[in-house]
Amino acid sequence: MSESKEKSCGCGGCGCGSAPAAASKSEQRRGFMFKVGAGLLGVGGLLTALPIVSYLIGPATKRFSNIWVNLGATSSFPAGQTRFATFLNPIRQPTDGDSAKTACWVRCIEAGQFQVFAINCAHLGCPVRWFEQSKLFMCPCHGGVYYQDGSRAAGPPPRGLFEYAWKVEGDALLIDAGRLPGLEESV
Amino acid sequence: MNFLKGSLAWIEERTGAMAFVAPLMFHHVPRNAKWWYVFGSATLMFFTIQIVTGVCLATVYAPSAAQAWQSLNYIDTEVPMGWMLRALHGWSSNAMVVMMAIHMLQVFLHASYKYPRELNWITGVFLLLTTLALAFTGQVMRWDQDAYWGLGIGAAIADRIPVFGDQARALLLGGPIIGGETLNRFFALHVFVLPGAAIALVGLHMVLIIKNGISEMPKPGAVVVPSTYRKEFEERMHKDGVPFVPDAAQRDMVFCGVCLIGLVALAAFYGPFGPGGIPDPTLINTNPRPDYPFMWLFGAVSLLPPASETAIMLIAPAIVVLVLVAVPFLSNSGERAPSKRPAMVLLALVTVTAIAALTWEGTTSPWSPVMDGWSSLPTPSEFTKGRTPLEMQGAVVFQFAQCRNCHSLDGRGGKRGPALDDIATRLSYDQLVRQVQQGGGNMPAYGKNLDSAQTAAVVGFLSTLHPFNEPDAMTPGAQLPLPSGAATIR
Repeated sequence: MSESKEKSCGCGGCGCGSAPAAASKSEQRRGFMFKVGAGLLGVGGLLTALPIVSYLIGPATKRFSNIWVNLGATSSFPAGQTRFATFLNPIRQPTDGDSAKTACWVRCIEAGQFQVFAINCAHLGCPVRWFEQSKLFMCPCHGGVYYQDGSRAAGPPPRGLFEYAWKVEGDALLIDAGRLPGLEESV
Repeated sequence: MNFLKGSLAWIEERTGAMAFVAPLMFHHVPRNAKWWYVFGSATLMFFTIQIVTGVCLATVYAPSAAQAWQSLNYIDTEVPMGWMLRALHGWSSNAMVVMMAIHMLQVFLHASYKYPRELNWITGVFLLLTTLALAFTGQVMRWDQDAYWGLGIGAAIADRIPVFGDQARALLLGGPIIGGETLNRFFALHVFVLPGAAIALVGLHMVLIIKNGISEMPKPGAVVVPSTYRKEFEERMHKDGVPFVPDAAQRDMVFCGVCLIGLVALAAFYGPFGPGGIPDPTLINTNPRPDYPFMWLFGAVSLLPPASETAIMLIAPAIVVLVLVAVPFLSNSGERAPSKRPAMVLLALVTVTAIAALTWEGTTSPWSPVMDGWSSLPTPSEFTKGRTPLEMQGAVVFQFAQCRNCHSLDGRGGKRGPALDDIATRLSYDQLVRQVQQGGGNMPAYGKNLDSAQTAAVVGFLSTLHPFNEPDAMTPGAQLPLPSGAATIR
């Protein structure tokens, strides 16, 4: 304590770095040790933070590609009609439960010609419903309306319904599905 | 008694606890700080209840997308007093938001945010944001259809962020879909991150209250002068102040007691919130709605013009937060009395009115089609009396083509489009045909979906819809009805 009294910097030996040039040896050592400590902690902190941050932003950096999913026999989608279909999301996780189930609308224009629409409204993602009588999709949230070909008919959606890529293999109708459809992608 | 005193002295000598607590309890507060000042305490009380009931619920709740909904039903039906704990947690959450809003309004109206209490206000703003985040993540914990599709709306908004939309959405959902990792992400926020932040902020808020004192009731003419305020305030408190315990605390105690009894009554009488339908996204006959603290946002999002809604949805929240934080910097001295700050009173009034109106709009959501209007609503009998078979057929087409989902007759049906009770006084036969076939004005075109016979029928029906004694609409440019004298000449 006597050392700090001798100092004239007025900071009471707080180690603020304004010690006079004639500081004692032990004080110099203390300043060095402080720097080493700060450096080691910094490096260690960075090394610890790296896996934590990568873990937390993992969902944004990991790439998920869609996978072809079987929606069933083409004969279950009669020509000229739009039918409701469900499938288990191919990129589901073990803890997803019911939320891995996914719905879509399958329109068979004519035999072998399909359009498969995501259930999510292009406005804010609510599930659209098909009305056979008026041949319209309507959204219960904000009144988005789409024609039977998925194009926007009325309401706030900025575009038509999201469409899945489809193909027919043998007798089965397959769609390229997985990710939740969004504006940034064509799905 | 002596033993008790001795024990306390023993503890005090080793901890200094009383020396620490005494200023918290007995610091002087303004004598005129009466019932206006109870709302902050009530907010803190409800937050404490949230922590206690939340920890209790976490002992049974399964934070897993596969089991959360089932575990909530288990808590509601099987766990002793489980339903009551969920009811208390839900009602106390709403009460906390309401009390915080009233507290904030009082502080704003009395300009208590002025020097030296700028940081009291700013920590309060962050407490508000944290509380709203707790309310939103809490709604997700319910893991029902509202939670699922509410997350869908959140994802769709995140998706609209330019360039990083995809990544922002993935961070929000914890993956490419709404699923198990989404719930767990929100669970971690709801029970670890946000309560931790709230506790830290409450602590900071308290430290600032002790440091800066509770502001006096505003008086016209009693202006805040930063250079002299603190000294004069401390002198006034020393001379004229009263100790927080018991003079001010007794009012807090009375108010909090009444609130607490009210909370238990509400919870016992109305029970817990949800859970609603099972979170199976293939069950699409759902009508997602947010909880009450967000109903005004739901209303606002619905009423935005589509062309600018992306910009507004992304930028407006940042602007609101910025303005709230800036409040004490925009004016931190001068008058505090509401009577001397009419513009600020008006601003508060407009804000409260706007939030109330948007909440009402969100609750009634007139922009949403009535999805079962076409199949569940009867045609009012006065609209079928004396109609020709073609017009009756038109009434049938009107129902079956889902017109009723967006248009009301006799007050029942969708409010998305105009009510059609007197449509024939506004649109002529030709205009009706055009409107049905080509749509427009936010109505889909029915041209391809109705054949000509159906169109003729439905327009026939619509052109009978006018009140007795009111004339039909005329097509502009068509022959005007001649004056009664002219008719005889012709």
